[in-house]
Amino acid sequence: MNLWNRLMCYCRRRSPWLFHMNSGSCNGCDIELIASLTPRYDAEQLGVRLEGSPRHADILCVTGPVTHNSVQAIKTVYGQVYGPKAVVAIGSCPATTNVFIDSRTLAGPLNKHIPVDVFVPGCPPRPDAIVLGVAKAAEILAQRGAQKPAAAPAAAALLTAAPEAIPGPSATAEPVTVASAPAGVSAPAAREVQP
Amino acid sequence: MNLTTALARFLIFPGLLFAVPTAWFFLWVERKAVARMQGRIGPPFMQPFYDFVKLLGKDTPPRTGVAGLLMKMWPLIAVSAAAGAVGLLPVLPSSGGFEGDLILLLALLELPSMCIIAAGFSSRSIFGEIGSAREAVLSVAYNVVFLLAIVSIAASQHTFRLEALAQLPASPLRWLGVAAILVCLPAKLHLNPFSLPNAEQEIYSGPMTEYAGPELAMWELSHGLEWVAATGLVATLAAPHVALVWLAVLLFVAFSFFVVLLLSTLAAATARLAIDTTVRFYWQCTLIFAVLAISSALFMRLRS
Repeated sequence: MNLWNRLMCYCRRRSPWLFHMNSGSCNGCDIELIASLTPRYDAEQLGVRLEGSPRHADILCVTGPVTHNSVQAIKTVYGQVYGPKAVVAIGSCPATTNVFIDSRTLAGPLNKHIPVDVFVPGCPPRPDAIVLGVAKAAEILAQRGAQKPAAAPAAAALLTAAPEAIPGPSATAEPVTVASAPAGVSAPAAREVQP
Repeated sequence: MNLTTALARFLIFPGLLFAVPTAWFFLWVERKAVARMQGRIGPPFMQPFYDFVKLLGKDTPPRTGVAGLLMKMWPLIAVSAAAGAVGLLPVLPSSGGFEGDLILLLALLELPSMCIIAAGFSSRSIFGEIGSAREAVLSVAYNVVFLLAIVSIAASQHTFRLEALAQLPASPLRWLGVAAILVCLPAKLHLNPFSLPNAEQEIYSGPMTEYAGPELAMWELSHGLEWVAATGLVATLAAPHVALVWLAVLLFVAFSFFVVLLLSTLAAATARLAIDTTVRFYWQCTLIFAVLAISSALFMRLRS
C-alpha cells in the first residue's frame, strides 16, 4: 500500500459523516442517535458529522423495522451515498424487526434489502453503543476503501422525485432498480432470532 | 512588484501555501469554538484536513453535458476566486506594479457566493434551488451594507488602494466601517444567525445537496479560504501598521484569529433567523448606520 492510500485510510477512519434514515422507527433510536452527538457522548471527537444530504455521507445509519413504504426510499438513499460507504443498523428493529415480527406491514429486516456492515442491538441502544458502532463502521470503511481504490460509482439516484429533471448524475448512471416487495411477504430468517 | 513577487504573493504568502493550512485551521477553530460553547470537547486539530483528504478519495458523481461541466466548474471558480482574494491582502509591503485594489478584492470575495447560487440552480435539485434563492436574497441584503461600509472607508481615507489603506492611520469613520463589515461577515460566511442557505434542518444542505466527493472538498476549501479572506480584510483594516515584516504577519494572523473566534462564538450563541427577519435586519437596522457612515465620509471629503 503506498503512502497516499495509507493516508486515505487514516483519514477515512477519522472522518465518518453520517446520514440518518428512519425506516418506520418509533423514534427511540433516533433520539439516541442524536444523543450520541450531544455533550455527554460527543461523537464529534471521532470526526463524526451528521450531514443533511446522503451525497455527503460515508455511513448510512438506519433505524426502524423497514416498513413496505420505506423499502424504496432506503434503496434510493443507499444508492445516493457515494462509495466507499458503510451501513449501520441502529437498534433491534432493523436487525430482526424486533417486537413487530410477522407484521404484514413490514418488509424487514434491513439486510434483505441493502448490505449491512454493523448491527447495534438494543431497544433502544445506548448512545455509547451507537458511537462504538459508528467507530467500527469507520474502520470497515477504511479497509473497504483500501481494497478497491477505483470502485465504480454507485447507482446514482436523485434526491428529488423527478429523475428526468436533473441532467447530472441520472444521465449516465443506471437508475436504482427497486424490487417491489410482494404484499404477502412473511417475516424472513429473522424468525429464528430472539428479539 | 515584478512577476516573481506577484507569484510569490499568490502562491506562498499570503496566498495558497499560507492560506490553505490557515483555512483548515480556521474551520477547526470554528467547529472547536462551537463545541466548547456547547460544553463538548469537539473535533481533533487535524479534522478539516482529514475531511478534505477523505472527500478527495470518494467516488465522483458522473456528470454529463453542459450542466454537468458547469457543476464541476463552480467549485473550482469559487476556490480560485477566494484564493485570489487572499493573495491580494496587503500584509507584506509591495514594491510597486500591480497590487490590486479594494474593488478587485470585493469582486473576488463576492464570486464564491455567486458560484454557490449558480451551483444550486445548475444542480436542479429542489433543495439546491431553494438554497440558492435564499443565498441570492441574503447576498442582496448584506451587500448593500457591506459595500456602503467599504465605500465609506475608502472615501474617508481618500483611496481605494489596499496598500495605502493598510498604511494610513485609522480614522474614527474607518472603525465605523470595520464594525459594519463585521456585522455583514456572519451572512457572508453563512454562519448563525444568518445560516439560511445551508440550513440543514430545513433544506438538507441547500446548494451543496447534489455535490459529493472531490467537488464537495473544493467547496469546503473555498469556504475556508473565504474565512481567511474575509477575516484578513478586517485584520488589514483594523491592525495598526508596523514596519517590521514578521510583526505585521503576526498581527495579521492574531487579528484574523480574533475575528474567527468572535464570529464562531456568535454562531454558537444564536439560532437561525428567518429570511424576512434577516433582510429586515440588514435593510432597516444596519443600513441606517451604513448610510450615516457614508454620508459623513462624503461630507468630510467635501469639507477638506
